[in-house]
Amino acid sequence: MKTTIADLKLGERACIKEITSDAIPLKLLEMGCLPGNEVQLLQTAPFQCPMYLRINGSHLAIRKEIAAQIEVQRI
Amino acid sequence: MAKQIKVSLIGNPNTGKTSVFNLLTGLNQQVGNYPGITVEKKEGVCKLPRGVKAHILDLPGTYSLNASSLDENVVVEILLNSKDKDYPDVAVVVSDIENLKRNLLLFTQIKDLGIPTILAINMADRMQRRGISLDIPLLESQLHTKIALISARKNQGIDLLKELIYDYKKLSVTPCVDALSFAPEYFDRLKKVFPTQSIYKLWLVITQDVNFRKVDKKIADIKPDFELKSDSELKRYQQKETIKRYQFINKALDEGMQVDQSAATGLRERLDRVLTHKVWGYVIFFAILLVIFQAIYDWASYPMDWIDEGFAWLSETVKQVLPAGPFVDLITDGIIPGLGGVVIFIPQIAFLFFFISILEESGYMSRVVFLMDRVMRRFGLSGKSVVPLISGTACAIPAVMATRNIESWKERLITILVVPFTTCSARLPVYLIIIALVIPDKTLGGIFGYQSLVLMALYFLGFITAVGAAWILHKLLKMPNKTYFVIEMPGYKMPLFKNVAINVFEKTKSFIVDAGKIILAISIILWALASFGPTDQFTDAEEIVAQANPELSGEALDQKIASHKLEYSFIGYAGKAIAPIVAPLGYDWKIGIGVITSFAAREVFVGTLATIYSVGSDEEETIKNRMAAEINPTTGAPLFNFATGISLLLFYAFAMQCVSTLAIVKRETNGWKWPIIQLVSMSVLAYVAALIAYQLL
Repeated sequence: MKTTIADLKLGERACIKEITSDAIPLKLLEMGCLPGNEVQLLQTAPFQCPMYLRINGSHLAIRKEIAAQIEVQRI
Repeated sequence: MAKQIKVSLIGNPNTGKTSVFNLLTGLNQQVGNYPGITVEKKEGVCKLPRGVKAHILDLPGTYSLNASSLDENVVVEILLNSKDKDYPDVAVVVSDIENLKRNLLLFTQIKDLGIPTILAINMADRMQRRGISLDIPLLESQLHTKIALISARKNQGIDLLKELIYDYKKLSVTPCVDALSFAPEYFDRLKKVFPTQSIYKLWLVITQDVNFRKVDKKIADIKPDFELKSDSELKRYQQKETIKRYQFINKALDEGMQVDQSAATGLRERLDRVLTHKVWGYVIFFAILLVIFQAIYDWASYPMDWIDEGFAWLSETVKQVLPAGPFVDLITDGIIPGLGGVVIFIPQIAFLFFFISILEESGYMSRVVFLMDRVMRRFGLSGKSVVPLISGTACAIPAVMATRNIESWKERLITILVVPFTTCSARLPVYLIIIALVIPDKTLGGIFGYQSLVLMALYFLGFITAVGAAWILHKLLKMPNKTYFVIEMPGYKMPLFKNVAINVFEKTKSFIVDAGKIILAISIILWALASFGPTDQFTDAEEIVAQANPELSGEALDQKIASHKLEYSFIGYAGKAIAPIVAPLGYDWKIGIGVITSFAAREVFVGTLATIYSVGSDEEETIKNRMAAEINPTTGAPLFNFATGISLLLFYAFAMQCVSTLAIVKRETNGWKWPIIQLVSMSVLAYVAALIAYQLL
């Protein structure tokens, strides 16, 4: 099974693999969510949504549905 | 006069761009709108060395030139159109040291446009604490630019920035990265057709959905020929472009920036652990809200009382000093009470904008968005709807504009539609005066005053109604709901006093000026309508009343004459025409007039009653005492009793009484459909609620 950002546990780090889905907004890519970059899950709101991440040095929050479409490799 | 250098400040949100703007221009700035749209336009003049002046334009914050909101469109439109009067001679890209990598993405895009560009790296005072060191000469040669390392907070580096602006003609205009090399065939073809144009500029014209009518005609026609086959192809191209840019940036920063991770302090981590905590985060948020509301009611009430009394005194003094006549009447009975009704808002509005700008400046507002997103989504809203709903307690107009960063159109539309339910400051004077009249000034258990509890309840009611209406709309509206949601969580910062003060001043000023115009006009019209009448009953009122009441004399007679006149004035006739409609709600015709005029703006209510009641009364009293003395002619009891009061409160809580908000909603939703739906449904709800309340109580 594929691992995505939505599967990460608090504090866990991972490396973004490939961005294939069209559902990922360009804005997210522009903020550094690109293949090869590191992502860390910093905090989640109740029910794991939204997710507060550090991606490529930027701090941002996204909803779980989007997080579930970004494939990663745990480090 | 020498020509001013035109400078555009461009940058990501949260980079301190506004602080840099404030430092460059001081108070030499003005805030307006871009023509035809409601995007805020901030410009100012800056003195450069050797007597040269620069005109500084603070463009809306944007993450890239791929625009996804109205604010961002403005940036793209100005930068693409070299004939635009705001087209810059030089662009200053403001970035912050901690997010340099991401900020440089926008920088490389601006460079590609061929505009002379300076890179201003802000928050340089944090470099040491963050363990960051930069090789400036190396970065300057990599990026083909000049760099100003500044700290807006400590007022450092601004002189260097000014020097660089002064010398803008020496800046390089060559791009620093070839970001469009991923599809050579396509772009070579483009180059052949438009050999003289910047390819990136053409690419933006093709990809961006903004208004290019103003851009060179020849370019504007390229779309059909070079349109990409599908949205997903377009997206893949943009992805590749972004990756190219980041590859270049990563390489440049690998060599030019060193980060010593061990030196980084964890202020953000420590604060976030509490402020975004699953329990404490919410507790703290609600505690902050409580403090804000406390300030608005309690602290603001003192200056408000002074203003209220001050205007009553002013009116009285003018009456004594100037000779009597219709013109003085207009001033003392029309204009002064009308203006007083606006000025009295200043303390509350200022307090609200003060807190909102502190929350935004400090970076806390993003945490609120994070905490509330999940809850708000259940009602068809977004976490980002919280900011409009909170600003809505100041005024619905900036609140509607604040919905622009909500990505999903459905969530944004619902937010726009329900924001006017939140208790805006225009409702406050109406609430305050009615509460003071009908709710006893006693305390519950010696702590909580009944009056402030009722006020709290009204705020709560506004919020609950907004959320409930959102839920209904969420179920009713059938539209695709793409739920993408990206919010930056900026680092925590101590708010800069100067920024907060300027923000409060500008926002309050524009509110007062905008509301003031409407209120002034309406009070003059009302005064005229109340001071003239169409029939003999008005012109010969003195004789008619004296004949009918031979036993009266002196003051009693004067009062009788005054009310007779009012009854037969133009406004009296209008009032009696609407009386049957408002009677079931417990209102007499005077309140009816107040309610009708409030559809221009709610705050007009108090001014209207002030105008109607003070026409004909000799003594200047505060409007509250005047209303308390009003007697219901049929029952002989005070007109403002509990049932009428509650009915009025509910009416004002629900009704859509604000022309300016409707105008903004029309602009933001591109048509009359939504504002009309909003006006009708909210007014019907208001009428029904007020009717039920009055009939039951």
